[in-house]
Amino acid sequence: MPEPTAAPALAATRPAPAARPRRPRAETVAAYGLLAPNFGLLAVFVLVPLAGALLVSLQRTNGFGDGEFIGLGNYTRLVQDPVFWQALATTAGFTVVVTALSMALGLGLAVLMNSVLPARGLFRSVLILPMAVSGVATALIGVLVFDQNNGILDKLITAVGLPSVNWQSEPVPAFATIVLVTIWWRTGFNMLIYLAGLQGIGPDLHEAARLDGANAWQRFRHVTLPLLGPSSFFLVVLNVIYSFQVFDIVFVLTGGGPRNATNVLVTYAYDTGFVTRDQGYAAALGMVLLLLAAVFAVVQWRASRTRDLVE
Amino acid sequence: MTGRLARLGLAVVAALVIIAPLYWMVVVAFSSRRELLGGDLRVWPRSFTLENLERVFSSFPVVTWFGNSLAISLVVAVLSVSTSLLAGYAFAHLRFPGSNVLFFVALGTLVLPIQVIMVSLFRIVTGLGLYGTYWAVILPTAASAFGLFLARQFLLGIPRELIEAARIDGASHLRIFRSIVLPLAKPLIAVLFFMSLLQSWNDFAWPLIALRDNALYTLPIGLLYLQGQFGSDYGATMAFALVNVIPMVVVFLAFQRYFVAGLTRSGIK
Repeated sequence: MPEPTAAPALAATRPAPAARPRRPRAETVAAYGLLAPNFGLLAVFVLVPLAGALLVSLQRTNGFGDGEFIGLGNYTRLVQDPVFWQALATTAGFTVVVTALSMALGLGLAVLMNSVLPARGLFRSVLILPMAVSGVATALIGVLVFDQNNGILDKLITAVGLPSVNWQSEPVPAFATIVLVTIWWRTGFNMLIYLAGLQGIGPDLHEAARLDGANAWQRFRHVTLPLLGPSSFFLVVLNVIYSFQVFDIVFVLTGGGPRNATNVLVTYAYDTGFVTRDQGYAAALGMVLLLLAAVFAVVQWRASRTRDLVE
Repeated sequence: MTGRLARLGLAVVAALVIIAPLYWMVVVAFSSRRELLGGDLRVWPRSFTLENLERVFSSFPVVTWFGNSLAISLVVAVLSVSTSLLAGYAFAHLRFPGSNVLFFVALGTLVLPIQVIMVSLFRIVTGLGLYGTYWAVILPTAASAFGLFLARQFLLGIPRELIEAARIDGASHLRIFRSIVLPLAKPLIAVLFFMSLLQSWNDFAWPLIALRDNALYTLPIGLLYLQGQFGSDYGATMAFALVNVIPMVVVFLAFQRYFVAGLTRSGIK
């Protein structure tokens, strides 16, 4: 008699073969039951609207009524729209600058908070405090601080003899304000993630590097930084996602001005959809946002897979 | 020794940069209008006054807006904790067809800006008759991808043997969820609850679209409305900003370790 192959042998370890088909089915039913509340909400309020958005993006609309199907009309209009290209460039610039600066600052502060320091807990609490402040309040504090006629920052700048800056009426300073306010708001989060990463690194490696004659910078560059790889990866993903979706700060602080200099894709889409009420075109803008998010998600997914292989 | 002093100096500068704008908000909120118009730089208001707060409370339904914010964020937090826990348990411990695809779909919503779907979401909310009620804000924000992810990560930490043993004893999944998973998940529940409370309390983009009725405004939307009405009356704006900011700052400081635990857990695989 030929011996049974691996598969039946595995099955034989199950106590009651007759009950086998029933149990997985019961487990599947239970699983779908557990998922139902979450995915019910997701389906009605995210997935169906997503399909709806695709349809609306193919229509010319008038207010909130039914639209007229115009194929790719909104998309050809998009390609010829200079405001769209400007918003795309601003979004990309904002995402790169904010991600780089807030991560570098977060890393520096995490190293500082991981060192011997009096009142470390207090400092840490202060640095993460902006996380509790709403985006609208943050932006309004920004309005107050950066007011170009009566703001506290301008007074400080002129008090030390520097020329005053037109924070609201000139494009580059206006862009700088949304960057600075966002960095103020977000850096604490990056610090916290990096701090957790740092605390996971044992002292042995540093000790070994020190014995080999590595100085502080070399130890940071060749021991700490590589070991923080997973934290850095996670933070790049989250910072890109959040910067790319920046809305509260821009909407309240600059309203996208002056002359669209701070208009990003999400504020442009909002204005188009709910201020000028050009819903079809707004939906097409949304589809571009979706495409960008999807491309980023795929790139990040592949990067994380190669990471796992390397590590 | 000098290294230590330099580090302390850096930490103080960083803390000042974070605190200064918040401190300035408080100073402006309690400075009289005249003093603010005078425009001198002061570290503390010469005439400490409550007139800004009084003006805000008498001109706007601040108490109603506060109540709206509280009601909406509490309901969102409860719903989001419940849905995340149930789904997180399924993804962590049950085997079923489509689990990978479904998990990927749920996580995918994390990268989806609300502006992608706002137009058609608005139509659906209106079509369901939710527009003009709290539910217009609550239901679309109650399923949290981040919460689901966090719940799954945490619940993977419960030993599979424990659940298998209960299965062999004949316990149903709902029973296991209630008597094994829930008691072990208390720290997770705290993290999820405070995170979604904070997020919902501060939420802006969708409530801005979904709440057109003044009486239903939450604090962030009310804050924007007030700024539109009062323009450059910084005293009033900052006084009201304090009403929005202080409750969550207090909650945040009191339950900081939960936030910190939740965030750092999400970063570590």
